[in-house]
Amino acid sequence: MAQHLNCLYETPSQTAGPFVHIGLMPTYAGNPNCYQQEIGVSPISGEAKGEFIEIAGCVYDGTGWALRDALIESWQPDASGKFPGQEGADPAVSGLCRFATDAVTGEFLLRTIKPGPVPSRFSKPFAPHISLWIVARGINIGLQTRIYFEDEDNSQDPLLARIEQRPRVDTLIAKKIEDGKYRFDIRLQGEGETVFLDI
Amino acid sequence: MSDPGPLVPRNRAVHPPAFHADYKTSITRSPNLPLLSLESGPSEETGPVFGHDKIGALDNNLILNWSKGLAPAIGERILMHGRVLDENNRPVRGTLVEIWQANAGGRYRHKKDTYLAPLDPNFGGCGRTLTDDDGRYQFLTIRPGAYPWPNHGNDWRPMHIHVSLYGHSFGQRLITQMYFEGDPLIERCAIAASVRDHSHLDRLVAPLDMASARPHDFLAYKFDIVLRGRRQTMFENRPEGM
Repeated sequence: MAQHLNCLYETPSQTAGPFVHIGLMPTYAGNPNCYQQEIGVSPISGEAKGEFIEIAGCVYDGTGWALRDALIESWQPDASGKFPGQEGADPAVSGLCRFATDAVTGEFLLRTIKPGPVPSRFSKPFAPHISLWIVARGINIGLQTRIYFEDEDNSQDPLLARIEQRPRVDTLIAKKIEDGKYRFDIRLQGEGETVFLDI
Repeated sequence: MSDPGPLVPRNRAVHPPAFHADYKTSITRSPNLPLLSLESGPSEETGPVFGHDKIGALDNNLILNWSKGLAPAIGERILMHGRVLDENNRPVRGTLVEIWQANAGGRYRHKKDTYLAPLDPNFGGCGRTLTDDDGRYQFLTIRPGAYPWPNHGNDWRPMHIHVSLYGHSFGQRLITQMYFEGDPLIERCAIAASVRDHSHLDRLVAPLDMASARPHDFLAYKFDIVLRGRRQTMFENRPEGM
């Protein structure tokens, strides 16, 4: 026998299910005016500093079919790499966005500003990235991943450096389509499977 | 300001695996390859903060919030309450708790729910609140109905309420479901069974709490929730060259 640790176990996750939108995106679910102020409608307000960008993509299952019922949350710092609440952070950046894959086309669209690099406890900072958290029917625990950018220097990033199979790094890098527009497809399973994180 | 420390790595043994064959949709939506594990950084250790200014007075009262207080929803009136704690057994204060659920007949107010049970004109099915200084939260709602779902030939979801939390950081993000003590459908549910260890599934089942029930008004169910904690040690050695 030994002393008892005064620690608790985390509550188990359960799938968010197909109707997650009524809870987290009521207007999208067809229930506008549910709340006076909905949460995560945009990660920025009009005056945010930095480069305005759009990131579009799909979330594909193992058969190559784009999910029509996924909900994604993004979390990011401002253009200088500061998160909301940190000293000197841009007050026009709230950082959180909730968006859905379209019920007809499966496409999602995130409108935001490009984040700055973020300090780390490793010897090098993280390259600019946006954190994602993906839930849907059939996803038993929210999937974490990150969007990095093709036109940034990702060579020193401590997370990307940990990926053993180097071609898989590309699954975390948004492709530049034109100025301010990026493509980031997420593959849940199979060929080209996105690197998901336990972080 | 001192570094509050990285998040405790997630103990995946308490959670359902991504692939759970009895829950058919998970078969094509589960990653095959291992997750990439890394110590948390600012992206996981920071998170959105929600103030009381965003929360309306009726937001945690699902019996009245859809009708804006004009008419109560149909169903068995219940209080759902509990505490939000972290793995270090500390209360998580001022954190957002969001819930959503089916109505008393088992129907969601969602454009894609086509179950034949009718909508209740006075029930929306979502609510939210912030925890107090002890990590406590409460919702007044109605007991959701069980409902059929397409999985095996005759599968029914037990009565449940979906719960969504952030804690104080994006890395603590969690969505789960609260079940009700004594519901025989829990043992027949493929989604509940995705939690491998029954002792952990038991922690999703809220007991009837007569001490919090209000006579001639509502029954009560208590549901405590635990989020990831932070590691605090004096010795933080940094790996080189990473």
